[in-house]
Amino acid sequence: MSGENRFAGRGKRGKQGAAPEAPAEDALDQTSVAVLEDGIEDEEYKPTEADGGAWGSTPGKKAKNFWPSAKRLFGLLKPEAAGVWFVVALVVVSVVLNVIAPKILGKAMDVIFAGVIGKNLPANVTKDQLVAGLKSQGQDNLADMLAKMNLIPGQGIDFQQLSFLIASVLLMYFAANLFLWAQGYVLNRIVMKVVRRLRDETEAKLNRLPLNYFDTRQRGDMLSRVTNDVDNVQQGLQQAFSQLVSSVLTVLGIAVMMFVVSWQLALIALIALPLSAVAAGVIGSRSQKLFAAQWKNTGELNGQIEESFSGHDLMRIFGREDDMMERFEAKNEALNKAAFGAQFVSGMIFPVMQFVSYLSYVGIAVVGGLRVAAGQMSLGDATAFIQYSREFSQPLGQIAGMANMLQSGVASAERVFEFLDADEQDPETATEHLPAKTDGHVEFRHVTFSYTPDKPLIEDLSFTAEPGHTVAIVGPTGAGKTTLVNLVMRFYELNGGRITLDGVDVTQLSRAELRSKVGMVLQDAWLFGGTIYDNIRYGKLDATEEEIMTAARATFVDRFVRALPDGYDTVIDEDGNNVSAGEKQLITIARAFVSNPSLLILDEATSSVDTRTELLLQKAMAALRTDRTSFVIAHRLSTIRDADTILVMEDGRIVEQGSHVELLGREGAYHRLYMSQFAGGAEDEEEPAAVGAAE
Amino acid sequence: MLLTLIKRYSKPYLGYIAAVLIFQLGSTIAALYLPSLNAQIIDQGVTKGDTDYIWRTGGVMLAVAFAQVICAILGVYFGSKTAMAIGRDLRGAVFHKVTSFSAKDVNKFGAPSLITRGTNDVQQVQMVILMGLNFMVSTPIMCVGGIIMALKEDVSLSWLVWVAVPILVAVVGYLVVRLIPLFRGMQGKIDRINAVLREQIIGIRVVRAFVREPYEKDRFGVANKDLTDVSLKIGSLFVLMFPAIGMILHLSTAAVLWFGGHRVDEGQMQVGSLTAFLSYLLQILIAVMMGTFMAMMIPRATVCADRIGEVLDVEPSMQEPANPTEPTELRGHVEFRDVTFAYPGAEEPVLSGISFTAAPGQTVAIIGSTGSGKTTMVSLLSRLYDVAGGAVLLDGVPVQELARPEITKRVSMVPQKPYLFSGTIADNLRFGRTAAEDHELWDALAVSQGEDFVRAKANGLESRIAQGGTNVSGGQRQRLCIARALVSRPKVFVFDDSFSALDVATDARLRSALKKTTSDATVIIVAQRVSTITDADQILVLDNGRIVDRGTHQELLVSSPTYQEIVESQLSAEEAA
Repeated sequence: MSGENRFAGRGKRGKQGAAPEAPAEDALDQTSVAVLEDGIEDEEYKPTEADGGAWGSTPGKKAKNFWPSAKRLFGLLKPEAAGVWFVVALVVVSVVLNVIAPKILGKAMDVIFAGVIGKNLPANVTKDQLVAGLKSQGQDNLADMLAKMNLIPGQGIDFQQLSFLIASVLLMYFAANLFLWAQGYVLNRIVMKVVRRLRDETEAKLNRLPLNYFDTRQRGDMLSRVTNDVDNVQQGLQQAFSQLVSSVLTVLGIAVMMFVVSWQLALIALIALPLSAVAAGVIGSRSQKLFAAQWKNTGELNGQIEESFSGHDLMRIFGREDDMMERFEAKNEALNKAAFGAQFVSGMIFPVMQFVSYLSYVGIAVVGGLRVAAGQMSLGDATAFIQYSREFSQPLGQIAGMANMLQSGVASAERVFEFLDADEQDPETATEHLPAKTDGHVEFRHVTFSYTPDKPLIEDLSFTAEPGHTVAIVGPTGAGKTTLVNLVMRFYELNGGRITLDGVDVTQLSRAELRSKVGMVLQDAWLFGGTIYDNIRYGKLDATEEEIMTAARATFVDRFVRALPDGYDTVIDEDGNNVSAGEKQLITIARAFVSNPSLLILDEATSSVDTRTELLLQKAMAALRTDRTSFVIAHRLSTIRDADTILVMEDGRIVEQGSHVELLGREGAYHRLYMSQFAGGAEDEEEPAAVGAAE
Repeated sequence: MLLTLIKRYSKPYLGYIAAVLIFQLGSTIAALYLPSLNAQIIDQGVTKGDTDYIWRTGGVMLAVAFAQVICAILGVYFGSKTAMAIGRDLRGAVFHKVTSFSAKDVNKFGAPSLITRGTNDVQQVQMVILMGLNFMVSTPIMCVGGIIMALKEDVSLSWLVWVAVPILVAVVGYLVVRLIPLFRGMQGKIDRINAVLREQIIGIRVVRAFVREPYEKDRFGVANKDLTDVSLKIGSLFVLMFPAIGMILHLSTAAVLWFGGHRVDEGQMQVGSLTAFLSYLLQILIAVMMGTFMAMMIPRATVCADRIGEVLDVEPSMQEPANPTEPTELRGHVEFRDVTFAYPGAEEPVLSGISFTAAPGQTVAIIGSTGSGKTTMVSLLSRLYDVAGGAVLLDGVPVQELARPEITKRVSMVPQKPYLFSGTIADNLRFGRTAAEDHELWDALAVSQGEDFVRAKANGLESRIAQGGTNVSGGQRQRLCIARALVSRPKVFVFDDSFSALDVATDARLRSALKKTTSDATVIIVAQRVSTITDADQILVLDNGRIVDRGTHQELLVSSPTYQEIVESQLSAEEAA
């Protein structure tokens, strides 16, 4: 059951989960190369809870601080305290009824037994006379048994009493089940309400986290916290909570009833307890180790499969099929061995526990039989006892299972709480507003910034972008180009200095106000899963169709969209296979175009677009850029020659600043960059001249 | 498909399965025998006060319980063995099949989908087999056995079985049938909510840049509400399950006591038989319940089995030649002869009428806009796809007629998307030639401009590479891929836009180093930047899948308008003028 319920992470998710996120990954390590250079750990396959469901067991997940986290987890239920107490009350009632009912059933059994015995006795003597008679014949046992029974010699089963007993038992069970259902129903509503709120909170938190939180953490881990872990919390609350309460109460109730019925038999039944505990402990710990081995092997094998299939072309190109097959076979066999061990040992728990319960069954049957025969106990009590002992082992097993589930739920809750407790970005301190008509005058004054305190990146950087000007930023990877424009967006907070937009310090503005004036096209052409039309509209949600079409035409999106069978309704899928990288970039440009910003930032926006389209695009962009300031980052120098100002960056500093012609004349860093790009090699520098001559 | 798969792959394990059946039968019989013994204790021992008999029968019960546990454990042993082995075989079959796939076949499914099919889908099927062998098999045995035993105790009460079992099946079945589509629906909603979160995390910069937090919040809110609604529906049905089952069990108990009481009173049944009958009925009902629960796994496994079957049923679109032609020479002479190629289902061919030759020592460059068919063209050389018309010849032999090792010996490609395997840097570099010495690896790295960053790593060549190469930057990945091709020492090098992630200075250094090492080889370069290809012996200008112009850089500058456009687009207006 829980397998169905326990939602898939990486694996089961199918397409989505297993899809290697190559394009975005690229983008990630380019954007924040400075931070991540050596920061990324090997991302190995880690089985999730979800896979656990599929394999019928949860990999042991331990909370670091179990009790504080558990307390906080149950604290989530606080707003629903009244409901929770109501649920507990319902559980108590249903458990009490469930526990008492077998005793009444036993009484019904007694009535039948008494009837059977009574019928065979002479009708004209009293019970006392019979007992005395038997005793004098030396049949002490039988006499004692009869003495205990509520019978009238000569009369058969008292059906009136029997029907009364059966009816009351049915009534009790009916009520018990009704309460059981009611508590389940109410608890389900409470838990869903709480989980829904938790989900909303996590999503809201996502929007309050500073960007460097996203840069420094593995996306897979973050995703798993906000999805799988929240699901797991739901499981923990929903199942573990209600079942744990009812199981513990049932165990207690049954134990009490057993002692009430017969303390001798109760002791026999309780012997089963340590026996099952030992069995479960021994097998459990062994199987946990085996499951861990199975997990490790599953992970390795899945990794192997993932690699071989993702690198399928390379495998063919280099002719490594046989080698891959061999490695696969070895891992497959290892998994088979581990999985068999795990499944076999864990599969033994059930028969062994059953054996223990049979042992107590036999014990009760024998001792109970002896005691009934000796008249020390009624047959009904003995049958009631058998039922109790059967019902005893079930909640015990459940408690073990639930404890595991609860532990895993708490561990997940802990991870969710860690996420919720992460430091948020600086609160808004908006004190100023921008003028109604901004003209995009940007100034950096002695700006200092670094992602990590020990690695200074940008130091004492100053420059001014005049309104309407195009500022191009060039330089090698890791020079801080992307960082520079991210600072304009206030994606990160400065360590020193200030940035002003139209004379207003950007920290004095609300982020929303600042960003709504800026259109940004990022180097990773990120589109969400939706139609091309919706993706363009994302730039301006209330854009008319006319505006969207204008943007699409201006950015050459229209040209390729017309060739698609579904046109603007083409859905961009997760893998993005239906549009090329260059086409994606065009769409992101259209998205920025439609938002009509006063400041435009293009960060490697056309790196995947072929140069001819790019040239056309540049003309269109020039139209877009008139009367607004723009920042352009590009590798291709052809993209940036027409800029009013070119900033050449190296190691977080601006080493040169000026127009294309000025900088070439200076024969410095820019000249070197330019030459290397157009010369086809540092050693033969006559090439550009040759090109020129040919024109 | 599920049945077909199970049938086909369980064949080698029929012996094991027979053992499972036998042991399950044994354990079920033993389990069923216990209540009967208990009944005898009551009827023969308790009622008659025969304590010896009670002790003796108790001993028998103990032995039976012991036999039961042994049988059950052996059943689990063979059950797990069979299920895991079938899983292993299925995974092996999928893997083997995919290995024989051509790039076309892989594209049909997509690598991610193939991965899921080979891993999770197989797991699902495996679990259903395991559950089937461990639990479902015993359900019918328990039912039949229980009914026989119940009939033995008292025939006339047996109608209770006929009433109780169908009612239970109906109730549980009804709930299960209602729940399954809901579960599936819920999976969809969860996928939706995860997709939204995923997009928010991946696209966080875009969301913030456009101040779309409120919009995203609404989107998430809707998804969250949908999920909550479905979960509530499922919960409401689910909480009915146990009370309903409990009620049926208790009603059955009451009915047995009531009707059994009458039979006992009439002297047609003994009290012990009554308790035994009760136990049997409960055992049957619990078995039925377990069986029905397990049945919940089947629909999902069926879907998985279908997906696996789809992969296994593919006839690889590319076959190895049955009688490969032995090429007479090993030079790396490349010829495209009137090559046409179309992707399946596409109306327009991607390539048509492509003809050119590249001799050892020559460099042929291919340039053209995105989507003009450049990558497709070079993949034909490694026979990742088969041509639709014409021929691609290596050393005079069409690639279809060459055995795969003959192709790999000749051609090494640096793909557009640089992909690395998990392992060490050395493992990756040796991918094309396992026997390469360390100094050869360093030589290759020196050429590909990867030496510095590899040396800078603490473990040098032994540094770990994560799967896909995600722990090195895009540029580093590209340089390692180039080095990997160099190490394999092919006769033909294919660089498919392999310098795009390098900054211009590195690009220039790399190409000049490359020129020296590949001087005897045939080099085919796909490029975007004109500067990369100015010194090629021949430049092919590709447009819409056709070679529109060819010649050297100088020739094309004069003769080819398309080439001129490309060059102009990369130079400033004033320089071009």
